[in-house]
This record gives sequence, structure tokens and C-alpha cells, in this order.
Amino acid sequence: MASNVSNNAVTGTDRVKRGMADMLKGGVIMDVVNAEQAKIAEDAGAIAVMALERVPADIRAEGGVSRMSDPDMIQGIIDAVSIPVMAKARIGHFVEAQVIQSLGVDYIDESEVLTPADYTHHIDKWAFTVPFVCGATNLGEALRRINEGAAMIRSKGEAGTGDVSNAVMHMRTIRAEINRLSSMAEDELYVAAKEIQAPYDLVVEVARNGKLPVVLFTAGGIATPADAAMMMQMGADGVFVGSGIFKSGNPAQRANAIVQATMHYEDADVIANVSRGLGEAMVGINVADIPVPHRLAERGW
Amino acid sequence: MSKTPTIGVLAIQGDVREHIRALHDSGVNAVPVKTAKSFDNIDGLVVPGGESTTMSILAIKNNLFEPLRAMQRAGMPMYGSCAGLIMLSNTVMDGRADQETIGGLDIVAQRNAFGRQVDSFEIDLDIPAIGDEPFHALFIRAPLVAEIGPDVEVLASIPAAVMNDDNDRIVAVRQGNVMATSFHPEITNDLRIHQLFIDIVRAS
Repeated sequence: MASNVSNNAVTGTDRVKRGMADMLKGGVIMDVVNAEQAKIAEDAGAIAVMALERVPADIRAEGGVSRMSDPDMIQGIIDAVSIPVMAKARIGHFVEAQVIQSLGVDYIDESEVLTPADYTHHIDKWAFTVPFVCGATNLGEALRRINEGAAMIRSKGEAGTGDVSNAVMHMRTIRAEINRLSSMAEDELYVAAKEIQAPYDLVVEVARNGKLPVVLFTAGGIATPADAAMMMQMGADGVFVGSGIFKSGNPAQRANAIVQATMHYEDADVIANVSRGLGEAMVGINVADIPVPHRLAERGW
Repeated sequence: MSKTPTIGVLAIQGDVREHIRALHDSGVNAVPVKTAKSFDNIDGLVVPGGESTTMSILAIKNNLFEPLRAMQRAGMPMYGSCAGLIMLSNTVMDGRADQETIGGLDIVAQRNAFGRQVDSFEIDLDIPAIGDEPFHALFIRAPLVAEIGPDVEVLASIPAAVMNDDNDRIVAVRQGNVMATSFHPEITNDLRIHQLFIDIVRAS
């Protein structure tokens, strides 16, 4: 629907893009591949759904080039739920992003889970009305994405594995690097910006505020309620769950459990209760067993 | 009341932190609340921005609606922004079939009334109750107030001319101790809406 607001009403501003991510905080965003899964996610209390053709575990298993989903499939999910819908574009594939924006999707994930379209450049995200979320493994990468217009950052973790260790490492790294900047003298920030390959102005902003200028979610390997709660305790603003729900034995119950554990992330009694009798978690892959060229977190520059 | 009031921010999900900051900056105590036990010892409640259907689902699962409604019946002031406006409305349009609310405002709240995220916008609003200076308001997948009952005071509307039609859009209301806005003062640095709510809390 095109906006019918005119005169002094302005759409697509930095504040409404970043503000949208603020409204998702404390919530769980779930990967779904069809309308039925989207309904299960919404009923469980997901804050948003990520529409994609194959969850990362299947992308990993099946191989080949992984692209933006079929517009019909994205539209079917938009029509099925009333919560926000996100969709993935390949890194650097600005026309996939244009298509997704035209479908009325609420957030675009420029994602390393899909096969990159450009091994040098990411999408110029300022050029869009729809906001973008991007993955990061460290602070420099997060600030480069924000400099390109990302309005939300998530840890990359290692998607499709059910192994939370990389998400932990990325969250700890980002936090440690923020703390390091905050402890520096002003005249040390020039070199710090050079070292982490990030724009100086953003480095100064992070050093002064002690946090990223956008919301920071976690993603990549979260499979259990305890995983989600641990990431929240480590400072994540919210959680993406990819393969972890619909590759498990009882998706509806696990979705509900992860949502409750995210809301009550500091309450071990609640986390224990929702973790009872969940059935099979997704079959995991240890990140260490994946040869480096096949690790999705290596994608992005 | 003479002591500094403590205002709870309902922390099911959403931009809880921004409301807490705005309340602190306005000179009151502010704490996140998400269990019935934590509702003790607060003098007012803010329901933040977020996703109203998710808040409803989780409030049902966590048995929060009854204590919230009981507090309101006892006269506790409440303020809701965006999703919070929906949570404080008696009737929801375009929500989930099973969506519940705390209620308190005799209004029909129309969910996502301005469209999807690409239609989210910012605009200057005239809000006489907080002074002559326009308020710069952010609307994010925002609801509007489609109908109001006789006891509801309209605090702000987007003029019909801005919307290119004949209907003003009601976007801020008050009924007794309960107030709500379609927009998000908590993600701007203008504290006047929060101060208006704090005045209600202090007077109650």
C-alpha cells in the first residue's frame, strides 16, 4: 500500500527504520518457509517471521546457489499473518532488495545465509524506504553495515548448525570491542577506527554511548530455550531462530518455549519449566566440523 | 502524592528501555515489570511500543491480564504508546480474533492503520495539552483511534488535509487516568508527553 500521507509527513527516515527495530526488542523472530509455519510462529508469540524458501539447515544439506524466495511464497506469508514479515536478500543483490521492498515486506535481511551476489560490496541500504538488518561477527563489521544504512544488527553465529558457540563468540566480541572503545582516550579513537576498519564518526559515537547506535539481536545456532535466554543475558536485544524450531520434533511447543524463555531470560525457574518434554531438538552440526570455506559467517566484508 | 512516584513499564516485549530512560529523564523512578508480584509498589504503568498481538499472547500465557485490569479498576494511571494504545483500548479492529486487552479507554483502536513499515512516518503534531510548540511524532506501523466514546478526550489528531481526505486521524486520547498515543515519544528527546502522564500520576 502506498502511503497516502503527504505534506510534512516523511517516510523511510533513519528514525522510523531504527525505531521499528526498537519495537521488536525482547522478541523472537522465526524462520518460516510457508504460511502454515508462519501461523504456528505467530500463535506462539513470535514478534516477526522471516520468510525464506529453505531454512539454513536445508541450504547447508542441499548446497547449490541460494537466492531470494519466490515472491508468491513471501506474499503468501504476508497474507497469512499480521505480525511483521522479514525476507532475505543476497549480500550485495540490490535488485532482490528492490523486489522485496515492492512486496511490502517490513524488514530486509541482507544475509550471509544466501549465496553472496557481490564479493566486494554490500547493498547501499540508504537508498531504500524499507529498513535492513545485517549480520556481524565483530564491531568493525557491524559499524561498516550501519555506515551503509543498516538499521539493525544481528550476530551471524553459524546458521543451520544448532551450535550456539559462534553466536556466543560474536556477541562477546562485539561487547568486548565496545568496552575497549569506551575506555580509550579521545585521541586514541583515530587509530582504533583504522584498526577495526570502521568509520571514525561511528567509532566516536560508540565510544561515547557505550553501545551500538542500533538494536543488536543474536542469530545463528540458537536451538533451545536456554540458548535464547543465555544470549539475552549476554546483552542481545532479541533473538532470531532459524532452523531451530521447524527442524525440531515439536515446533509449536518449542516455539512457545523459546518465546517464554526470551521474555523471562533471567528467571531459571521459567526456563526450566518451558524446557521440559520438548522432544527432539534439531540435529546439530559442530561448527568445528564444518570446513572453513563452508562456514556462512565468513561471508560478508 | 509527595514522594517521587515509581512508574512501572510493562516488560513483556518492546521498547521498554526507551520509556524507562524518558521517565528517568523526567525525574521519576522507573522499573520494568513483568510479573504480578512486580506490580506491587508502582504508582503508574506504561505499556510500551512493540507488537500488540505478541503482548496479548504472552499476557494471556503469563496470567497478567487479571492483575493488570484489577490495578486499573483500583485507579492506577496508565499510559500506552503504539502497541500500548491497543492494549489500553476496549475494542481492537484488525487484530487477532483471540486478542485481549487491558482496556480502560472507550475507543476502537485500528491496528496498523497507516500501512506496513514502508509507510511508517514522522510528522509535527499540534498537541494543545502540552503547549504551543509542535510535537515531532514518530509513527511506526502505528494504530489510530477509529472511534471514541463520550468520555474520551482527544489530545491530538493528524489533520485531514495532511492525509488528503476529509477525516482527521485521532492519534492521542485520554479518559480519566488512562492516556495513549499512536506515536512513540519515548524514541524522541521530547519529554512533554511523559511529563503529562507523570502529572496524572502525581494527581492521583
